[in-house]
Amino acid sequence: MNQTIAVFKRELEAYFITPVAYVFIVIFLILNGLCTFYLGDFYERGQADLEPFFELHPWLYMLLIPAVSMRLWSEERRSGTIELLLTLPMSTTSAVIGKFLAAWAFCSVALMGTIPIWLSVNYLGEPDNTVIAAGYIGSLLMAGGFLSVGACISATTNNQVVAFTISFVVCFAFNLSGFPVVLDLFSSWTPQAVLEVISSFSFLSHFESIKKGVIDIRDIIFFGSLMTFWLYLNVVVVELKKGK
Amino acid sequence: MTSYIDVKNLSKNFEAINAVKEISLQVEQGEVLGFLGPNGAGKSTTMKMITGYLTPSSGAISIAGINILQDPISAQRHIGYLPEGAPAYGEMTTYKYLDFIASIRRIPRKDKKDRINNIIDRINLNSVANRKIEDLSKGYKRRVGLAQAIIHDPNILIMDEPTDGLDPNQKHEIRSLIREMAPKKAIIISTHILEEVDAVCTSTAIIDMGQIIFTGTPRQLAALSRYHDALNIVVKIEDAEKTKKIIGEQSDDSKVEEIYSGNEIRITAPLKNRKPCSDVIQAALSREKIVPREYFFEKGRLDQVFRDLTSSAQDSIKETP
Ligand SMILES: Nc1ncnc2c1ncn2[C@@H]1O[C@H](COP(=O)(O)OP(=O)(O)OP(=O)(O)O)[C@@H](O)[C@H]1O
Ligand SMILES: [Mg+2]
Repeated sequence: MNQTIAVFKRELEAYFITPVAYVFIVIFLILNGLCTFYLGDFYERGQADLEPFFELHPWLYMLLIPAVSMRLWSEERRSGTIELLLTLPMSTTSAVIGKFLAAWAFCSVALMGTIPIWLSVNYLGEPDNTVIAAGYIGSLLMAGGFLSVGACISATTNNQVVAFTISFVVCFAFNLSGFPVVLDLFSSWTPQAVLEVISSFSFLSHFESIKKGVIDIRDIIFFGSLMTFWLYLNVVVVELKKGK
Repeated sequence: MTSYIDVKNLSKNFEAINAVKEISLQVEQGEVLGFLGPNGAGKSTTMKMITGYLTPSSGAISIAGINILQDPISAQRHIGYLPEGAPAYGEMTTYKYLDFIASIRRIPRKDKKDRINNIIDRINLNSVANRKIEDLSKGYKRRVGLAQAIIHDPNILIMDEPTDGLDPNQKHEIRSLIREMAPKKAIIISTHILEEVDAVCTSTAIIDMGQIIFTGTPRQLAALSRYHDALNIVVKIEDAEKTKKIIGEQSDDSKVEEIYSGNEIRITAPLKNRKPCSDVIQAALSREKIVPREYFFEKGRLDQVFRDLTSSAQDSIKETP
């Protein structure tokens, strides 16, 4: 536990030591602002809610989260510090969790930067704040899901660019798998059951109801077990690489 | 009593490469084992297995009686490890880095500060305590790596090329530090520098192409040299011919080595029989009125033994009984 905290603290500080972190947060906020206010027809819709804002997040995360997760393990492999980390008396699981939580905390900080957007809808109208709060929780869960994917992939390579690219593709697939257009592609030749499995993995559909304010336990379980699965895989990858 | 480090029949294959083949080693408390071998011999790979970073393809490793494959965490508590090139988190300051290591090593919060300051004093890191590691010179980086390895005062210390690329002063300091710690620990260092073996090691193992081809004390290693106990004599160039003739009679011609420098010549010749031959030579020299500038017997040349043993391992093993 203390070891996980030590790893968490180190990783989180590492994010904020580099200017990249601030660049990332600024890009995240600008994209959020731009897309919400302009593309999302924020004013024209005449509704005081943040739906267009949350609508964006799966797509924003697909691009930005791999940039956060790519360094988690790749950088350790590149610089050789992984040799240090893995010869310290600590379980791989502690290291995996510590790193993941640090990345998640970093994303939460970025997400908290969007609170002014929330404040401005409250200023402009009278939104249902419980719906918005649910949206934030869902967005955070989804960020965790993407991050766990990215963390695991980052453990497979010593090249951050490779880690980024593969994570991006996988995250993209997770988003797309619920899209009607994509499902149509499959529907002609795959059995209904398989189709349902594919769409059940979609981040979009699990995020859909949460962002409308309905926190369904099944969606929470989905994201929870998804993170558990990918982090477990992350541990396995790190362990397997020792025996390579 | 169990050895601090006990390695049995350790092997490691990377796909097609057999990097380490059936290596066995034991290191006791108070022992400093010098791990020698040419590039790519398998030194680092062996150390990585002993410290639990790599899983062996086969073989057993026991650290203070603990099987590292079964209980890596307990075993790793006993070990301090300086990996090759001393990797560290460059964006951290020396102090924060040591603090991180101390936390992972579960050094109690109340002792942590003292322990870190203590180690910073001991390894002379005061001037860089608050600087980022990536900005430090190679020597300081290495010291930070060393500090990290001994912060928990481990029984077992594994260092992969601890003095590689350091200037002579730094080398000297690190060696002194190793000697100072040696009595209470079991230490393995790998090195390419043969004088280091003489300077700090109590035993040596030479590894080549993944196999151990020699184990023994540095003295035993030197004794393998064909120049072990060889006469080393420096005379003026005018006297070269006469001296060579005198020595030639007491030595095996093919092994005599001559090095010219300026107006002097250095002759190195293994004698057939040290004491009587030396007496004969000295008598002959004084008869010819030749006064050597130097006259002594060599301990043996480690670098030459090293080259002989590792250049074509198979042949030279047969040569040296
Ligand atoms: N991860 C790896 N994958 C494939 N081959 C490897 C790997 N690590 C080491 N090797 C190979 O194993 C052999 C032994 O390498 P090792 O690094 O142990 O040598 P070394 O004795 O430490 O050499 P040096 O003195 O140059 O540090 C080399 O042939 C090397 O190429
Ligand atoms: Mg090496």
